[in-house]
Amino acid sequence: MSLFRLFFRAPSAPAARERLQVLLAHERASVGDSDLVTKLRDEILRAISKHMQVDDEKVSVRMERGAQVSTLAVDIEIPFDAGKKAA
Amino acid sequence: MGKVIVVTSGKGGVGKTTSSAALGAALAQGGDKVVVVDFDVGLRNLDLVMGAERRVVYDLVNVIQGEAKLTQALIRDKRLETLYLLPASQTRDKDNLTAEGVAAVIGALKSSFDWVICDSPAGIERGATLAMRHADVAIVVTNPEVSSVRDSDRIIGLLDSKTLKAENGERMEKHLLLTRYDPARAERGDMLKVDDVLEILSIPLLGIIPESMDVLRASNLGSPVTLADGRCPPSVAYFDAVRRLKGETLPVAVPGEKRGFFGKIFGRKAA
Ligand SMILES: Nc1ncnc2c1ncn2[C@@H]1O[C@H](COP(=O)(O)OP(=O)(O)OP(=O)(O)O)[C@@H](O)[C@H]1O
Ligand SMILES: [Mg+2]
Repeated sequence: MSLFRLFFRAPSAPAARERLQVLLAHERASVGDSDLVTKLRDEILRAISKHMQVDDEKVSVRMERGAQVSTLAVDIEIPFDAGKKAA
Repeated sequence: MGKVIVVTSGKGGVGKTTSSAALGAALAQGGDKVVVVDFDVGLRNLDLVMGAERRVVYDLVNVIQGEAKLTQALIRDKRLETLYLLPASQTRDKDNLTAEGVAAVIGALKSSFDWVICDSPAGIERGATLAMRHADVAIVVTNPEVSSVRDSDRIIGLLDSKTLKAENGERMEKHLLLTRYDPARAERGDMLKVDDVLEILSIPLLGIIPESMDVLRASNLGSPVTLADGRCPPSVAYFDAVRRLKGETLPVAVPGEKRGFFGKIFGRKAA
């Protein structure tokens, strides 16, 4: 490895520490699949399926767990006649 | 139809997960469509090594239990468009992995990816045998150290008896990936020689990955090493391993030794 690279690379341990802190905070809070983000995800999907036939391929769920906030994005394709079918 | 590769070892901590991520990324960096599947249910780590730990929504067990569709559980890498991860469950028991469920998942992945890389858990139990079950090719990860070589021998035995290929009377293609090779210890003569390991296990050599700080650094950053720094020695070794996996014949460089001289000696052993 060149000296240049040794000198100018930022140390990686702080990144490891930060990633672990966030991850473990979420994992400890979610013993048994019961963290808030997961609960919301499941309940939102359940609510949707009450009103329309949910085609799983048309529902995309993304989550990003952060230190201060997490994000949950549920993207659903709702066909024009979805409401009629479920009723 | 894609190729299914199992990365396995018997012994724990030899570099299966590191290698699954690095080989998967290296293949994707070449433009192939790759999914890396974590079979280590209860102790998943591939998500961390690949830097996707905050984005896990569903996992392999959810898919097998019918709680989510496969497409919903796949996580696409943020840096590489053609690299995907299928995480293992962290909270569920490995008994949730059914043979039929795994067969269905692997079958579906094969039809939409060029490569399906299965990161096996350590041991020879259910998780490990299910991970190897549908493989077309096996990569046996071994450290140049007695207990690792012994466990690899055991795993080779299982690959030749417990896989679908073996049960159908076909030959399982097997490759040896020697990892955590330490040139300083080799120099002192305190490490098994590459030739000795090859002679004992007698499967072709896919590559030798040096013990390196670059690997530690990459996992700290949550990036497969080939993506974190494509020019560091372990990355070069992983890129070469991928070329051999795709059928090229390249001499294998032994870390710390001159390529020219050993290239001649080990060239014949190249996979
Ligand atoms: N070439 C290498 N140089 C330095 N460290 C390495 C190298 N390969 C792997 N490691 C380190 O060794 C440890 C074990 O690696 P890894 O998790 O990939 O092994 P594993 O076989 O998947 O383990 P397990 O059996 O627990 O699943 C990790 O800390 C990893 O960073
Ligand atoms: Mg592992």
